Parts: sequence; structure tokens; C-alpha cells
Amino acid sequence: MKKELKCHVGIGGVVEGEALVANDNFSARYDLDRIKGIFSRPNHALAGQSYKDKILVFNTAKGGVASAWMLHEMTSRDMAPKAILFNTANTILAQGAALAGMAMCDRFVDGDVTQLIQTGDRVTVYPDEGRVVVKTTGA
Amino acid sequence: MKLSPKEQAMLDGELGPARQWAIQHQQQVGRMFDAEDMVEASQAHMMADPESIGEAGVALFERFGSLPEAERRVAIPMITDPRGVDLTCYEPLGQTEEMAGLERRFIAACQKLGILLTDTCINYQTIMPPVQGEHVAYGDTGVVIYCNSVCGARSNFEGGPSALAAGLTGRTPRYGLHLDRYRQATRRFVVRQQPRGLTDWGVLGAVIGRKSGSYWAIPVIEGIERVPNSDEIKHMGAAMASYGSTPLFHIVGITPECQTLSDVGGDKLAAEDITAAEIGEFRRPFGAKGEKVDVVVFAAPQLSLVEMQQVADLCRGKSIHKDTDLIVCTPPSVYSDAKRMGLIDGIESFGARVLQGTCFYQQYAREIGEANGWKRLLSNSTKIVNILGGYGYQPALASMEDCIASAVAGEIV
Repeated sequence: MKKELKCHVGIGGVVEGEALVANDNFSARYDLDRIKGIFSRPNHALAGQSYKDKILVFNTAKGGVASAWMLHEMTSRDMAPKAILFNTANTILAQGAALAGMAMCDRFVDGDVTQLIQTGDRVTVYPDEGRVVVKTTGA
Repeated sequence: MKLSPKEQAMLDGELGPARQWAIQHQQQVGRMFDAEDMVEASQAHMMADPESIGEAGVALFERFGSLPEAERRVAIPMITDPRGVDLTCYEPLGQTEEMAGLERRFIAACQKLGILLTDTCINYQTIMPPVQGEHVAYGDTGVVIYCNSVCGARSNFEGGPSALAAGLTGRTPRYGLHLDRYRQATRRFVVRQQPRGLTDWGVLGAVIGRKSGSYWAIPVIEGIERVPNSDEIKHMGAAMASYGSTPLFHIVGITPECQTLSDVGGDKLAAEDITAAEIGEFRRPFGAKGEKVDVVVFAAPQLSLVEMQQVADLCRGKSIHKDTDLIVCTPPSVYSDAKRMGLIDGIESFGARVLQGTCFYQQYAREIGEANGWKRLLSNSTKIVNILGGYGYQPALASMEDCIASAVAGEIV
């Protein structure tokens, strides 16, 4: 099944990948083991899971300014997600995506994006158009 | 986003590739946050420690640093947040040559860009505080919240790349806190228990930040009976920004944009109490009386000269426990003054280590913790106890007086 979600115009180019979704928040500094490419904070909803080449979907961004550099550093080692989608981004993550050339979108018109997309869905993100296409894998 | 002729020239590459990169970066960010145009900024302040920027970030600075002078110099005064390595003291902390080498390369590249290496997160106390209405491009959430709230300046949280872009172009996209409508209050809190001492102010900030919970939520606070001093409101703001991503707060009758509640639209909001019970509930997980303490940390924010004197006074005539360390982080400018005034010698004769130009959590906190066997950490900073839980520490919170007493006893008093 295929559906199309509208959101605010975002950052970066068109990417396609597999969704990894959590009704949780995101900070590159506090949540990740950036060398291994996994979520490392024990009480994060995705603890232990790999984020490499995934389309991550979260509620909002949190934490300090360091994440703005970290997305770039992660991308340079090919150990980064392809895109991050939020209900609400903050300035730091948007700035980080711009430096890294990573796709990022937020403010989805149809409601909570962590409910609209499921882990495992095939997702294509069109940041320039404010559009995300979701192919669900479930029954 | 509308561009002026000068901005268009930057975009077209006429002022070199660094400024072209910078304005392209600003265009992307500005578009995401609906900026209609750019606003000239008078200063930029950049957070960039080697742990965050990595090899890739240092390489970016070196690439810009190799350009001709006219193409690489920043366009406005640009200063730096704390560094990750105090090059006068890194081996004793267990930091490696690799970390120091990355730091040295970064510093050299910054100097080529004309960046002033102030290495401070309290520039509003030590360098040049902004004036009400002044548009700036500051990094470090503690710097931004203080300058917006207490000085009445206008800045978004500018992560390192955006602060660098602002330094190179001399402007920043006009969105968020540069606009009047985003500076109006969205939450209204009434304080029912008066804070006393730096840690109380930090805890109050943390509770309000956690309740506000978003970059786009602005609290207005009533019920504060005494005007806080700069160190107190610094701890309050730093904690609020850390727990809530909050970039601005107003205190009725105290902060400059809020002489009355209605100045920030607070009269239209329902009031919520901050009770003594909530404050107590917040503190509970950070209390651990009687437990051994491995390291006591005064940092986040870096200490002002006044705080350095307070620490020195508390240390006088006492010695640290043999199984406990004490780390104090202060900007290089304060360090020089404190050295001249005998405060550094006083603190060091207690057995503490005073670091210049770093801040504990930005200096490879995980690695230095492992190298020194630091796990149980005590601090008077509400901000740092929030952050370091994620770095493998068991943090506890106490007043500056109790922190020193605990360092003497080797356990939390």
C-alpha cells in the first residue's frame, strides 16, 4: 500500500530508504554510539539498533548544539542515517542536516509522523517539495 | 528568501568559496524556518570541540583556512565556546595525543580565519555582552538563553556550522527569535519557593525547562522576590536550556522585555505553580548522601571570577580526600585574572585541578572518566548532572559548599 504525506519544505536531496521509527526524541550526542552506528543510550526506544542508511522518524530534537557538527562527522565516515523526519525539528538539527547534506523534514500536516510511518516501511523523502511517499510492507 | 545584492554576490561565488558555502548553508536553514530575508549580525560565537567536529570538521576549517586572506577572514567579530582539550593539561586527564593533535589543527585553522579563541561559554560575563535589540549569532544554548533573556539580544541557537556561516557572511537568516512574535510568552509559571544559592537557581531553571519542553515554547516567570545576580541567572538559564531546549525566558519586573506581564502576552495565559514539592521531586534522583564520590566538578557553565573566589574561600585551609578529585573549569581570561589574584594557587593547594578554556562535558567526558576511574560525580551544576548521565557517570547534585565538604570527606555529605 502506498500513501503520500505532506510536510513543511525541508533540507537536502531526494532519498529513499527503510524507516526506523520511535515515539521518542533525538540527540546525536546523547543517544548514539557514532563509531558503531547504533543507538547506545540505554533508555532510548531504539537502544541497540543500527541507524546506518535508515530513514529515522522521531517526535522532536533535543539536547545541545553539538549535534549540528555530528551529522556531518557521521556522514563523512558513511555511518549515518539517510534522512531524519520529525514532528518538530529544532534549529540545531536543521543546521546539522544542511552541513551534512542529509535530508530532513518536519511539520507533517496529517498528524503524528511517528504513527503515520511504521518501522520497515519503504520511504522516499522529497525535501524540496515537502513530500514523503510511504510504501507499507505490512498486510 | 530575499537576498541583497551583496548576499547574491556571495551566493554567486564572487567573494570566494567559503562565503559561498556559508550563504548556501544559510539559505537552506532559512527556507526550512520560513525566513523572508537575512538580518545583519554583530557577533558570532561558535561551539566546536574536536569530539563533535571530528576529522571531517577540522578538514573543513583547514580548507577554508587555505584560501586567500580576503576570502577566508570572518566578516564580524567571532569568538569560540570552550575547547575540548586544555593544551596545558591533557595528559594528566588521560586525554590522548590524537585528541590534542586534532585540537591544535583546529586552533591553527581558526586563527587563519581571524576567529578569536576566547574558549568561553560565559562571554556575556567576560568578553562583550550584547545590548538589548542587538542581533547576534551565538552557539552554546547557555549563551543564547542568557543573552536573549537577560540582555534582550536576539539570537537563535546557532550550532557550530551556522555560527561559522554567520561569521563568514556577517548575517543570519531572520527567523525564530530575531522576530518579535517568537519572543512572546507561551507558558506562564508562578514560583512558590524562592531559590537560594546557585544550585537552587539551576534547579528552578531545570523544572521550568522540562515543563516547557520545546525550542518554540517561551516561559514567563512570576513570583521571584529578589533580583538574581549574573551567576545565579546564568545557572538558571543554562539548566533551562539543557532540560527544555528553551532559548528565552522572561521574569516579570526583572528581565528587560518584561516590565509587566502583558509586555510578553503573559496576561492571556493560564498560570501554573512551581511548587516546593515539584522542586523536591526533581532533586530526589540526584541525592546520594553517604556515598563515595570519585570526582567533584565545577563547570557548565564555566566559572566567573566571583565563583572562583567563592571556591578558593571554601578550599582555604583544607585538603581534598585522597580518593577524590576536584576539577574546576574557567575561561582563559578568568584564569589569568584568578592566577594574578592568587585564587588559582589557593584552589590548587587544596588539591584541585583548574582547567582553562574547557568545559568538563565537552572534553571527551566518557574517555577521561574511564581513564581516571570517575563514576560517581558530584557538582553544583544542574546542567552537568543532566548531561553526564548519558556519558556513563552517576551524577549527584549539591551546593558549592557541600561539594567542597564532600571533596574533603571523600563521600557525599
